[in-house]
Amino acid sequence: MGRVPLSYLANRLATLVLTVFIAATLIWIIPRLSPIDPADVMFGRMAAGGGSIENSEAILRGLRERFGLDQPLIVQYLLYLRNTFTLDFGISTAGFPTPVATLVANALPWTVGLMLFSLVVTFFIGNLLGALMAWERTPRLWRIAIPAAMVFTSIPPILSGLLLMYGFSTQLGLFPLTGAYGLNVEPGWTMDFVRSVLHHGFLPAMSIVVVTFGFWALGMRGLMITVQGEDYAVLARAKGLRPRYILYRYMIRNAILPQITAFALKIGLLVAGQVLVERIFAYNGMGKLLYDAILDQDFPVIQGVSFVIILMTALAVFLVDLAYPFIDPRIRHGGAGA
Amino acid sequence: MTGRESSAPETSAPDADGDSARRVRRMRRFDNPWRNPKLIWGAGLLLGIVALGILGRLFWDADLVFTGAGTPRQAPAGFENLRGQAGSWSHPFGTDVSGKDILALLIVGAPNTLYVGVLASLIGMGVGIFLGFSAGFIGGRLDDAIRVGSDVMITIPPLLILVVAQASFGDIGLTAMAVLIAGFAWQSPTRLIRAQALSMRESGYVLMARLSGASTGHIMFREMLPNLVPYLFGSFIANVTTSIVTAVGLEVLGLGPQRVPTLGRVIYDAINSGALIQNLWWWWGIPTVLLAAMFIGLLLINLGLDEVSNPRLRRL
Repeated sequence: MGRVPLSYLANRLATLVLTVFIAATLIWIIPRLSPIDPADVMFGRMAAGGGSIENSEAILRGLRERFGLDQPLIVQYLLYLRNTFTLDFGISTAGFPTPVATLVANALPWTVGLMLFSLVVTFFIGNLLGALMAWERTPRLWRIAIPAAMVFTSIPPILSGLLLMYGFSTQLGLFPLTGAYGLNVEPGWTMDFVRSVLHHGFLPAMSIVVVTFGFWALGMRGLMITVQGEDYAVLARAKGLRPRYILYRYMIRNAILPQITAFALKIGLLVAGQVLVERIFAYNGMGKLLYDAILDQDFPVIQGVSFVIILMTALAVFLVDLAYPFIDPRIRHGGAGA
Repeated sequence: MTGRESSAPETSAPDADGDSARRVRRMRRFDNPWRNPKLIWGAGLLLGIVALGILGRLFWDADLVFTGAGTPRQAPAGFENLRGQAGSWSHPFGTDVSGKDILALLIVGAPNTLYVGVLASLIGMGVGIFLGFSAGFIGGRLDDAIRVGSDVMITIPPLLILVVAQASFGDIGLTAMAVLIAGFAWQSPTRLIRAQALSMRESGYVLMARLSGASTGHIMFREMLPNLVPYLFGSFIANVTTSIVTAVGLEVLGLGPQRVPTLGRVIYDAINSGALIQNLWWWWGIPTVLLAAMFIGLLLINLGLDEVSNPRLRRL
């Protein structure tokens, strides 16, 4: 870790821990401010759900002990923190006796996959269009079309998702309306399954892409303008290199790096947007899990999903902050170390 | 979009087209920065939505939002539904699956959605101004606490905490929802104002005021605040956008006010009743387009304000 000063690392790490801690605390306190006692509701539902299951009494007794419901609030809180930080969120009341952790573990790969896919596509398209906005050789039509397309970036992805669903699914029938894979394929690493997943994932991903690429494009345009004035760009032009070569190898390569830090600020909004996209597409990820849990008033699942998503967000911000000096050696932290 | 992103310097595009007459005309128009086309279009869109809420109540019966106001699944005037029934002018935008009039839902719902966004943003701005100034101007331990607090809170996606809150409180009113959302609308104004206050603290007029014995409160709110108005307004508009996005998100998840119509609620009902499969496009489509118009209006106002307060962005 030669390039990252220890104080910076400690600072980031402290922010990460504090963020996760505050989020966990909020998730615990808020339901207890409500006049309805969530524990009562929860155990009532579990008892109802477990009526036909063997040993359900014993499971419930064990749970009460683990949550320490007969102990003072502060003990309950500490127990909750211990459970949460070990990713143990208890048992789903709707799917009794499935542990919440299992449900989350099943949903997480879908969410992460969809997110990475749409992120890569957005990053590519957004930065390319942003670079074209600033490039002096961009055809005139593009110069008008790109800023016009930016208007979409003010729209949340649920709205673009609905419009895409209507256009490409119900009207044109090109893509399936809902779900993450077809009912006629067996999940597994077969060609059919992979094709089905891609086919189903395309529209949800696109509804995120069309509303987020503008963020990258705007940032890229600003950075490109700075790069265009640099000496090395002028020299490359003077050497008579092909303009396209200069664009890709000289300008975009240098302008793209600061874009990565800008990303850290946007992760939270992206995640929230995707949760909603998954809900309208009934995509098998965290968003659908959360929505189903809200319908069933399945409190442990709501808390578990919220916590895991917040944890993911905070971790992503932390990693971007840490990785950045390695990706872009021009940046040094606070002048210290280096 | 926040001011930060859109404040990147504009391209020096005009060299390509040396159309001098147009240039002169544009120069003249920019004599008055407030006659900015983006600002005018954006404000027009938003005023249109507000006017829909006010005039709509005068000229249209708002009671049609209730179940059974008309024949269910009726298409807008001039269209036919899947059963081949033509829409009529008694419900110009059609009806939903339980016979609620879509036009009435828009008239009542759109101002509600806007209200939540504006109120949440106002509260967030108020808190942000107070905390940001205190941190930037007073400094010390207080600054550390506020800075760390806003850094931490900005990482937490508001939607997830609010889902927990609303799921445990059940049905809540519009104002309560706005207050909850405001809990996540103070961080970015706080950071923005703190940064500005830090740089202003050492400027001549502030030193002058301090030398003449003005109180801290006087310097913060009477001397420095007026200079921040353009930033504040931009930040306010950006915050209204995020607050509405959050509110609509909660509503689409089935949380939020249950008895008051909002645009998000209409979309939630439509998705849940399979409006997409039944091809009831007017039910979800018209609120979606109206919401999109709202967001585009807010974006245009923000871009326009950037150009008003930062003359370098204006394209001549």
